[in-house]
Amino acid sequence: MTAAAARRPALIGAPIWLSLPALLLFTGMVIVPLLMTAVLSFNVYDHATGVKAGEFTLAHYAKVFTDSYYLGIFWHTFWVSGLTTLICVAVGAPEAYVLSRMGSPWRAIFLLVVLAPLLVSVVVRAFGWSMLLGREGLVNQLLQLVGIGGLKLLYSDAAIVIALVHVMLPFMVIPVWTSLQKLDPAVTQAALSLQASQATTLRRIVLPQILPGVLSGSLIVFGLSASAFAIPGLLGGRRLKVVATVVYDEYLHELNWPLGAAIALTLLATNLLVMLSYNRVVEGSYRKRMG
Amino acid sequence: MSFLELVDLTKTYGDVAVVDGFNLSVEKGEFVSLLGPSGCGKTTTLQMIAGFVDATRGSISLGGRDITHAAPNTRGLGIVFQSYALFPHMTVWQNVSFGLEMRKLPVAERQQRVDAALGLVDLSPLAQRYPRELSGGQRQRVALARALVIEPPVLLLDEPLSNLDAKLREDMQFELRQIQRKVGTTTVMVTHDQTEALSISDRVVVMQRGRITQVDAPFALYEHPRTRFISHFVGKANLLPVAGSAGGLASIRPEKLRFVPRGAGQVDGEVQERFFLGSQWLYRVATPMGELVVVCPNDGTPALDEGSVSGVAWPADAMRPLAADANEADAGSPVRGAQA
Amino acid sequence: MSRNGPLALAFHSLVVAFMLAPLVVVCLVAFTPGNTLSLPTTELSLRWFRAVFAHPDFLQSFRNSLWLALAAASIATLLAVPAAMAITRHQFKGRDALNGLFLSPLIIPHLVLGVALLRMFAVLGASGSFGWLILGHVVVVTPYVLRLVIAAMVGFDRSAEQAALSLGASRFTVFRRITLPMILPGVTGGWLLAFINSFDEVTLSIFITSPATVTLPVRMYMYATESIDPLMAAVSALMVALTAAVMVLLDRLYGLDKVLVGERT
Repeated sequence: MTAAAARRPALIGAPIWLSLPALLLFTGMVIVPLLMTAVLSFNVYDHATGVKAGEFTLAHYAKVFTDSYYLGIFWHTFWVSGLTTLICVAVGAPEAYVLSRMGSPWRAIFLLVVLAPLLVSVVVRAFGWSMLLGREGLVNQLLQLVGIGGLKLLYSDAAIVIALVHVMLPFMVIPVWTSLQKLDPAVTQAALSLQASQATTLRRIVLPQILPGVLSGSLIVFGLSASAFAIPGLLGGRRLKVVATVVYDEYLHELNWPLGAAIALTLLATNLLVMLSYNRVVEGSYRKRMG
Repeated sequence: MSFLELVDLTKTYGDVAVVDGFNLSVEKGEFVSLLGPSGCGKTTTLQMIAGFVDATRGSISLGGRDITHAAPNTRGLGIVFQSYALFPHMTVWQNVSFGLEMRKLPVAERQQRVDAALGLVDLSPLAQRYPRELSGGQRQRVALARALVIEPPVLLLDEPLSNLDAKLREDMQFELRQIQRKVGTTTVMVTHDQTEALSISDRVVVMQRGRITQVDAPFALYEHPRTRFISHFVGKANLLPVAGSAGGLASIRPEKLRFVPRGAGQVDGEVQERFFLGSQWLYRVATPMGELVVVCPNDGTPALDEGSVSGVAWPADAMRPLAADANEADAGSPVRGAQA
Repeated sequence: MSRNGPLALAFHSLVVAFMLAPLVVVCLVAFTPGNTLSLPTTELSLRWFRAVFAHPDFLQSFRNSLWLALAAASIATLLAVPAAMAITRHQFKGRDALNGLFLSPLIIPHLVLGVALLRMFAVLGASGSFGWLILGHVVVVTPYVLRLVIAAMVGFDRSAEQAALSLGASRFTVFRRITLPMILPGVTGGWLLAFINSFDEVTLSIFITSPATVTLPVRMYMYATESIDPLMAAVSALMVALTAAVMVLLDRLYGLDKVLVGERT
């Protein structure tokens, strides 16, 4: 009796009871706080007296979308994220490909080596980079051996991007790796038997099939980079701001919570928009082509 | 009063009747097969008997007791699933003892009965192994032992041999029958393999599109298929147009045809192709009556070459008139087969 | 499958070096005998590790993080297992929405969730409460458990449960004796993954911890913005060691590659 054909005997309780505890928690800890923050973002804020809970205004959103300081921060965040994404594609996709062509046990070992840093706290990794990129750090020491020296790497966009790439690379490798695993090796062999060169096979057979993986990896990397806090915070220094650190400033230093809320929600909206619409458009066209 | 009685058993999903008015009476100790192509409703029927699918209409009674809507864990039936469904985290011994545990039998009695069951299926030395360490055939026996150890009133088998390779399947068919005869448990088996159904059942129930189309003992079923579909599904058949049958056709089995000198048989034909099957030769012969398939035993007489012309003859009573096809078959009357 | 050429392997070595560099450096510098961030070239010293254990703030944060992670992972597992059963075993309206809700912390930036909870806690007067902090972490790590348990349930031969039912087991017995043992690798793998993610979490925690409930990563973040010295390196090395231990456990119980990549390896 295959389970698919049989009626599934409802094992313990109806689904509502099973999911109720989690549902209550998520409602209370995700939906309610987000709604409250949405309301907060429209509240009036007075520097002297604080948040005016009953009064509403669009001033904060106006600031986010028209003030050049905030626009600049968003722009800065997006181009740092964009650059990180591009580098992750350029490095992560080929790396996934190289890994997939390894024999065991190396393949499994190196896959772990590349992915395991995911489980190490981002603070540790950021700190590691700050040690490598500092003025007396290892990278500079190595460069001094070659003759170039004293590059200011830390507290720069370069440091942020390098550390972000380090953190985000696994998020690119995983979907591309998964796409590669789904490839039927016989398809590649068929192409080669029809006398396509290795390069052509790569370009016209392998690449189109892993493109969905590259795309979904890019979305994840971009979204995570745009909302990154710890890395820009530790490696960008006080001068280089991204959206996340500005929100931190508004909440904990300026105490202008409504403005902070407006910025945070704008970031959330951008994230969701990028993920949902781009995903649908591009993956849709792929689904059509490849069934 | 028969032991397992299915009356007007029906299962509909929306407008579609997956099983429609299924009637069957199974005697105690009988081995009945439900045979049919995929989608014919045989598995759903078995699931209704087991209690995993709720019947839309009709009744199921076991030894006089109505179990139509009883929960599956109260029916006490023994079931062997297609995938064997062994508990992977338990040893063979623990698997087989599980049903006895649920019946709260004392350890000593469980020990005795499990050992007996494992002996019955010839797996005693493997009692402490885990399912993943066993071969397909061994797992199947564990499943059988687990179902039999609880001494169920009825044993249900869902395509029990379909996951085994051909040679093993053949061996297991006979073993299965041997064990069933030894223990005497009433058995209902679902299969799509007609050789299996014919070789080990007391009666075969042929199903098509949710309905029963014929119920007979294996020999009777093979010799007298009622419809065109059955004549092809059970064994091979040559179809000849004939007057005086409701469907306009009669069937004749290839082994009933023989080669005779030209002109000496009902028809002459040219051998188009021949296939060697080990114990038999199979010929496709083009005749004015259409293409005929002839099967001859490999008994030493020289085989005909492709392209040769020969007469083909058959005894007149070997022709079986066919009823019109599936949809018109009996839908409602309780069918009791003749024990041929 | 053809193997990689020398160019590909050189590229690969650079990538591996890149991925390991910060972690290796951190672990090496932790053993330096000197006062500044430098590699231990003359000798290995444990002085900075001793300094960590003598530092009451770090010890307190470590304890906080440990209890927090244990509690968050356990509560998340208790919630996720029944939720996974509901999602995989039943068809009901809103099932996809429910699944989406439970996985949403993977898409919602921790930053946004952090400030949202900060606001709610302020309104409720819950700021600084360890219990509410735990709940915050539960929400963040539940998706990890849920995904693994759902994967375990989807790849599950349901006929084993039917077999148990047919042998007379009650529904609860079927769950306890058949279903649960069969999905246990997924459940324990999920718990471990939740644990390490809670322990590592910094962005959300920065907003909702108070001086009394400061977690280790937050403490490290604050320390690192003030000064950078080998003490940080020693703490970091300890965290790497803890992570490695969890990874070994995860690999034994479930398979590290499956956890990181998904069931399709």
